[in-house]
Formats: sequence, structure tokens, C-alpha cells
Amino acid sequence: MRTGAIGWVARQLGRACVDGVRAWYVATLAVTGLVSLLAGPIVLAAALFGPDESRPFSPGGPLILLVPMAPVALWALCWATGGGGRAVGAALFAPGALAVMATHLYGGAAPGDRSVSLWLAPSLVVLGLFGARWAATESRRVVERWSGRPVPVPYRRPAGEAGPWRRLRFGGWLTDPATWRDLAWALLTGLAVLFTAAIVLLTPVALEVFGRNGPFFPLFIVYGMGVWMFPFAVLWAAPPVLRIHEKSARALLGPSRRTELARQVSHLARTRADTIDAGAAELRRIERDLHDGAQARLVALGMLLTVAEQLKHDPEALGPLLAEARTSSVKALSELRDLVRGIHPPVLADRGLADAVQATALDLPLPVTFTGSLPGRAPAPVESAAYFAVSELLANTVKHAGASHVWIEIGHSDGLLRISVADDGRGGADPSRGTGLSGTERRLAAFDGVLAISSPSGGPTIVNMEIPCALSSPKTSSSSGTG
Amino acid sequence: MRVVIAEDLFLLRDGLTRLLEANGMKVTAAVENGEQLLAAVAADRPDIAVVDVRLPPSFTDEGLRAALAARQAHPGLPVLVLSQFVEQLYARELLAGSTGGIGYLLKDRVLDGAQFIDAVRRVAQGGTAMDPEVITRLLTHNSSAGPVSTLSPRERQVLALMAEGRSNTAIAQQLVITERAIAKHTASIFVRLGLQPSDDDNRRVLAVLAYLNNA
Repeated sequence: MRTGAIGWVARQLGRACVDGVRAWYVATLAVTGLVSLLAGPIVLAAALFGPDESRPFSPGGPLILLVPMAPVALWALCWATGGGGRAVGAALFAPGALAVMATHLYGGAAPGDRSVSLWLAPSLVVLGLFGARWAATESRRVVERWSGRPVPVPYRRPAGEAGPWRRLRFGGWLTDPATWRDLAWALLTGLAVLFTAAIVLLTPVALEVFGRNGPFFPLFIVYGMGVWMFPFAVLWAAPPVLRIHEKSARALLGPSRRTELARQVSHLARTRADTIDAGAAELRRIERDLHDGAQARLVALGMLLTVAEQLKHDPEALGPLLAEARTSSVKALSELRDLVRGIHPPVLADRGLADAVQATALDLPLPVTFTGSLPGRAPAPVESAAYFAVSELLANTVKHAGASHVWIEIGHSDGLLRISVADDGRGGADPSRGTGLSGTERRLAAFDGVLAISSPSGGPTIVNMEIPCALSSPKTSSSSGTG
Repeated sequence: MRVVIAEDLFLLRDGLTRLLEANGMKVTAAVENGEQLLAAVAADRPDIAVVDVRLPPSFTDEGLRAALAARQAHPGLPVLVLSQFVEQLYARELLAGSTGGIGYLLKDRVLDGAQFIDAVRRVAQGGTAMDPEVITRLLTHNSSAGPVSTLSPRERQVLALMAEGRSNTAIAQQLVITERAIAKHTASIFVRLGLQPSDDDNRRVLAVLAYLNNA
């Protein structure tokens, strides 16, 4: 019991410490971002309006020595919290921090010559912009890492697949509203941290000035106690700070409503075009199949019957002709049957997705384990898309995987139709190669469905599909078994 | 022999009636949907019901469900299910727990009158008639591994015909070999598949179908 309690306390303490380090990281990131963003303007202002002579150690001078420590602390905290791009962060932020420190140490004079500073300032501004972008990306990353829910990246992408040069010509990220939101994020978080720090640090001074501390609490005692209490204060404040950080990151760093809508519109336009293309191609295929298949057979049948009519007084010749006519009609029927199966399989219409998939599984030249059921029918277009997606996957498995067993699982939960197809074949399936898988992906995309493939070389291959849809009618179609 | 037909297309219903009556059977009722089928079966007590899978009002598997319901209400009632397409899934459902008297054929088979009449007779006598296409697919499904893949081509031919529900005599005629040779093949197949041999044609067919369905 006691060890359990100790374990519990240790776990809580560990968790609090982790939160504390995370909050500290977030705060450091914010301050560093702000400093590097302001470094350019500060140096520029010093060059234009600062005194000619440098005056070392202006008031409060030694404290500024802490500023270059911030990138170093950031580097260390990146390492401790699993943040990314440690060297990148430190390299982006160190010059700005050093420049700010130097300006301050010289009492507001430009670091180096005025002309040097005039050259220095623009590069610091550019560096600050990159720094803000990095800070935003890093914030998105850690929020996803800590909360498990990604913050969507809102940056505009030029139409089509474009390399970095294309993107530069496109106007780069300066015209992208998301860039300005990154800057706002760097400024706001930095100011929020500085403001909070100022309040905490200056409150005792204010109380002293207004005479509320009394004679027994000289400032050094208050600050001395503060230093001792500081770690506990950090642990106490960390969870709410992280909550606020996550919330504001989602609000400011995620896509704005407008970008989100624009993204959806472009997604819809693309999937609609794909759907129309696929529909047209399908119609062409059906037309061709009918033309070359059943139609041709019926023409032949008609000709045979014409000949038979002319031969009606010659029973000996008539027999084989009629037999041929019957064969022709049987072939036409069989071709029509195959065609219908390709357009909309009868079992799918009769029984719905689960049974149709099972029926397809039964026709495979492999043992298949089928599990799961659907408590109702999905909308017909979704059923059809899902059915053909599964058929395509199974056909691929038979053709390429060299598998000896296939597992199919089907189910519906949280408004998502989930189908998983797994095999013990040789793996190595890649949607970027071959048109089959990407075609399946596009088929599903029309319904906002997604396809996830895990297929390491050597197998096994697991494909998961999810399509958002509601099931209608409580008619149960369920089954399970091995076939 | 007394037959009840359930088929919604008038032309086909009429054609079936003629074909059956030309072969000395008596069509006591030719109905259009599942409900009427159940009523006709209850009233006429036919020797066999010939049922289309797709029937009004739902035009899905109404006929199949009606056929299964009729068999439940009248155990042992022979049912021959006709369809524009065949599915193993439906064949399984028809065969589940069956002791015979089940047929499942493509509508195309009606075109070959003699074969079709033979199938009707076989089912009415408690035998089985499975469409060759169902059997082909069953065998494909079983072909990649397991005992079926070890059979010789001739044995596979015999197995397919047996699974369709044919008697040794019929198989011998079709393959143009002696009945004794067929008996030898059959025995060998049963040993390979680990099935209990039986002299009764129908029991043998059901055992083979059950084996293929469960493998």
C-alpha cells in the first residue's frame, strides 16, 4: 500500500516536472522569438538615433548578459523536451540575441560602426522572420507531440507540385497571411511572457514603493524567498500555461477559417474533377464492352436466325445453326453478367457492403478470414466506392502479394466506416507506384475517405480505409467465418 | 410431378411453365412474388418449387428468402433457385443444414432444356443441382493449397461434376468412361479429402459441397 502511495507521488511529481520543463521551453521559445524578431529594428534604431560614442554598461547592464543565454537554454530545452531542429533554432536566434545584448551594453550605440549596423539590421530582420517561422513550426510540432492532436499547417501551397524555386517566384511566404500570423504569434507570446515576468518581478518593488511591505520585509528577503519558491511556482503554473499555449496555438497557428474554407474548396474541386473523370472513363469502358461484347453477339444471333429462316425446309442444316444460335445467346448472357458485376454487383444491391465483400472474398483463390458486420446500410455511392476499393485491393493481393491468407475486417464506429484488408504476402506495396492504389485512394477521396497503407518489404501488408458516413435502416446484415 | 413457379417476368414464367409441362410435369401455380409463393406452397404441397432470386416488391434477394422460409415451413420441400447471377454466398445459405432437395442454377441453364429438366427431376427427388459456375468458383477458392490442389485433372473433373450434384452414372456418361472408373476416382478423391465414403449419391454430394464450402 505504502509503496503504491510512494509510486503515485513519484509519478505525479514526475509528471509535474515534465510539465514544468515543457512550460519553461515554451516560455523560452517565446522570449527568444521575440528578441530575434526585435533585434533588427533595435539595431537599426541604434544606428540611426543612437549616440555616437558607446557607453559601456548602461543602467541594469549586467542583466542583459542573460539574453544570449536564451538560445543556449532553448537548445538545451529542445533536447530535454524532444523539440526539433535544435541547431537550427539556436543558429537562428543567437545572432539577434547577441546584437540586442551588444546594443544594450554600448548604452544604445550601434554595435560596431554605424554603417556596419545599417548592413546588419536587414539581415537580422530576415533572420527574425525565419526565426518566427521556425518558432511557429516548432510550437505546432510540440503541441501535436504533447496533445496527440496535430495543428494543421496553414501555409499556402502553389498549385501543383512545386519545388522551392517555384514557390519563391510564386511570391514566397511574404504574401501568405499565415506568415503574418506566425509573426503575430512570436510577438504576442514573447510579450505575454515578458509582461508576466515583469509583473512577478516588479510587484515587490511596487509594494515597497507604496510602503506595503512594512519594515520587516526588505526587498532582498522577498526576492530571496522568491528564488526558493520559484521552482514550485513553475510546477504550479505549468499545466494552465500549457493549456493556454495549446489553445492559442490552435487559434493562431492553425489555418484561419478562410484558409480552411479555401483548402476545402480546392479539395472539393479536385475530388469532383477526379470523380467526373472516373465516371466518364467508366462509361467509356461500359460502352466499349457492350459494343464489342453483347451487342456483337446479338447481331450474330440475328444473322444466324435469318440464315435459319432461309433454311427452314432443310432440317439437317437447321440443327447446327440453332445450336450455334443458342451458344451465342448464352455467351451474350454471360458477358452481360460480367458487365453488370463490374457496374454494380447484384449482391451489393441485395445485401449491402458486408455481404458483398464477403461474397468477393469467397471467390478469391485464397483462404480468407472475414470478420465484422455493419448494423445498417451505408449510402449507395459510399457502398459502391468502398466495395470497388476492397475489390481492387483484393485483386492486387492476388496478383502481386504472393500471400497465403487474407484477413478482412469491416465495421462502423464514430461515424466512420472502417475496412481493413491484411495479407501475409511479400509487402512492399506503394501507392506512389502503380495506378491501382492511387486510383483507390482517389475513389475514396470523393467521399472524404482515407486510405492508410502499411506494407514493409517482406510483409505483412495492412491497408486501412475510413470513410465518414452514416448508416441507414436498422436491417442487420452480419456474418463472420472463414472461407 | 407437381411444380410451383415463382418468377416475376411474364415471358420467363410462361416459358418455364411450357417447358415443364412439355416434359410431363404439372405446374399447379405460377406466381409473381414471395408471399404468393408461400401461399401456393402451403395450398398445393408441390413436389418442387422453382424460384427466381429477384422478386418484387424489393427486387433484391426476396426469392431466396422466400425459398428458405418455405423450406422452414415445409421441411424437405425441394427448392430450385434460379438467378441471373450466382454467388457462393447464396449457395452456402441454401445448403446450410440441408439434407438435399436444393438446386441453385443460372437462368441461362433453362436454355438447355434437357439438362434443366434433369436438374428439376434430380432436386425433386431430394438430390442436389449446383450451377457449374458456383462449383468452378468453389474449386478456384480451394485451388491454391490443401488437398484439392493435389488431385489429378481427371479427379478434379469428377469432383466438379459430383459437386454439381450428378450421379456416378451421369458423370460416366458425360466423361465417356466406365462407371467403374468413376467409382475408382470417387474413392480416391474421398481418401484425399479425408471424407467418409458413402454409396448414397446424395449424401456424397452434400459431403463434398460441405467440404469445399468450409475449406
